[in-house]
Amino acid sequence: MPSDQTSDQIGDGPNHILEFPGGYTRSVGPVIGRFLSELRDGNLKGVRTKAGRVLFPPVEYDPDTGDDVTGEFVDVGPVGTVTSWSWVPHPRKTHPLDRPFAWALIRPDGADTAMLHALDMGVFEPGAQPPRQLKSGMRVRPRWRAERVGGVGDIECFQPEVTMINAPGRLEYRLRGGRALDRFLEGVEQGRILGHRCDVCGQVIVPMKGLCPKDGVPTTEEVELPDTGTVTTFAVNNLPDPRAPEVPFVSAYILLDGAGLTMLSLVAGIPADQVRMGMRVRAAWRPREEWTRSMANIRWFEPTGEPDVPFDEIKDYL
Amino acid sequence: MRPVAVVAFTQTRHVGEDAGLSETELLAPLVTEIKQRTGITRFGFTCSGSNDYLAGAPFSFVSALDAVGAWPPISESHVEMDAAWALYEAWVKLQHGGIDTALVYGFGKTSQGDYPEIVTQGLDPYYLAPLGVDQVSLAALQARAYLDHTGTDETRFREIAARARSSGRGNPSALHLDAPDEKAGYEVAPLRPHDVAPVTDGAAVIVLAAGDRARELAERPAWITGIDHRSEPHQPGFRDLASSPSARLAAERAGGTDGVEIAELHTQFSHEELILRDALGLGDGVAVNPSGGPLSANPVMATGLIRIGEAAARIAGGTAGRVLAHAASGPCLQQNLVCVMSGEQSDG
Repeated sequence: MPSDQTSDQIGDGPNHILEFPGGYTRSVGPVIGRFLSELRDGNLKGVRTKAGRVLFPPVEYDPDTGDDVTGEFVDVGPVGTVTSWSWVPHPRKTHPLDRPFAWALIRPDGADTAMLHALDMGVFEPGAQPPRQLKSGMRVRPRWRAERVGGVGDIECFQPEVTMINAPGRLEYRLRGGRALDRFLEGVEQGRILGHRCDVCGQVIVPMKGLCPKDGVPTTEEVELPDTGTVTTFAVNNLPDPRAPEVPFVSAYILLDGAGLTMLSLVAGIPADQVRMGMRVRAAWRPREEWTRSMANIRWFEPTGEPDVPFDEIKDYL
Repeated sequence: MRPVAVVAFTQTRHVGEDAGLSETELLAPLVTEIKQRTGITRFGFTCSGSNDYLAGAPFSFVSALDAVGAWPPISESHVEMDAAWALYEAWVKLQHGGIDTALVYGFGKTSQGDYPEIVTQGLDPYYLAPLGVDQVSLAALQARAYLDHTGTDETRFREIAARARSSGRGNPSALHLDAPDEKAGYEVAPLRPHDVAPVTDGAAVIVLAAGDRARELAERPAWITGIDHRSEPHQPGFRDLASSPSARLAAERAGGTDGVEIAELHTQFSHEELILRDALGLGDGVAVNPSGGPLSANPVMATGLIRIGEAAARIAGGTAGRVLAHAASGPCLQQNLVCVMSGEQSDG
């Protein structure tokens, strides 16, 4: 019967709901019933066809011939291979996981067909891109629910096989930077980049060390440098780093304008494969209210868009 | 075979949001128009296609009969499918003889609910529906299978969507959608919003007639030279999703696709065009979905019927001699109908 709950008021929420209170009762028959009973026990069973194929999840008839399947139920899995997948960046409320996840067709070892289920790839922010590890051919296993009722949801979802472990490594220190570095960081805390000029060679050393590494003499003359410079050389890094915006990221030697030594920093704001030797860059500072006594005040360097510096002008700083 | 042709076709100016018209109100002006155009007030048979879950009310299709006028009682049937299958039933009925005309219609409003989740309710209740898997997620599995199998680049999807939307802007009945946003994120990877047919409300009506009656009713009837539909297993994991053997077989059974100039395909997702082109053997010379196709307007349950109507209109208008229309049903192109039409009546 059409519901009489329909009203003419159209607000934000639904004004008509179709629901079977308590759910719809369905008989499952001997084939699906056996599968679901085994599932409740934590077993994955396929059914053999007369032609010898193993259908998983089991159905009553061979889809190729229409013949009844045999009564032979065989163990499959629990490891399976992903044969296709889709990635849900924004799960619906009807979806089994409330964080980004994959749908996957999974063919357990020993089966000739695949089952659809959710595949949990870990913790992701809403809208996340598909993770690189997610691909057809990957090996996955079921994550069983502790309380099982005899439904396809007795498998909470599948999850990737263990291919790596994470070994924690942590040591604790109380470091002092030394006077020269202290003074340098004092500058950085105020958004200034300070260096020392060497009395002997005249080059500006930044960050200053209180001595000239070239001449081996103490330095004291403070010089403030601009936050612009030139990339002399760089590396593309493919291992994640908490300081970097994404992988791959670029770490580069940057020759600040007026400096005689390069300093190491991240370069961002440009695809990694477009970074060049001689590229002009400027420091990207964090918002002033976040400044501390740390080089982290400079997130990274970004391209200024100025023309590249010719190689000859940086070749002595490599 | 008794020669049967499409002799009249009309559709609503489809809309992308609820314009306040009921399903019956969408349909009634079309039925009135087609009665006037054909001069027929009583059809030998009436068959419709719709989905009660769209309105969330059982037997909601019955009220649409008010638009037809069912008294004194008419010979009538309904399929809970796209109306392309209602047309198939009407074609079979005409083959039986005893009648010369049939009215076929379909209608759907996806603005009232969440269509991808409504589709979930139509899935196998043991293995698929309990997972809550929706239509777009399933389609994306097929898109991924196609990409993996063929090495095709996702940008091909956007090209298809761009062409469909561009064609749709030239079709007064379609939604007029902007070119795809090149920066669009994923809806369900690898599909982006423009790869998914839009929410649409609309309806369509076709009149079939047999033999001489068809010649009386239309200057250039679109003769159905072959029509067939085939299905694959429902479980997506039992199928090779990168291809469509059922579409291939339906096309063979419909007499093949040689000489087809235009194809209207029921592609609710961009990648389906690539899979169907392969399955149907449509070369680059075949124009696919010159109407804009479902990616430009998707009044579900009428969308497949509209493919037949749009293709037939090319014959009626004299711009094509042989055309193909395709309709699909079920998850991941599970079931496919192929209807080949010609300006020349075949011997059958």
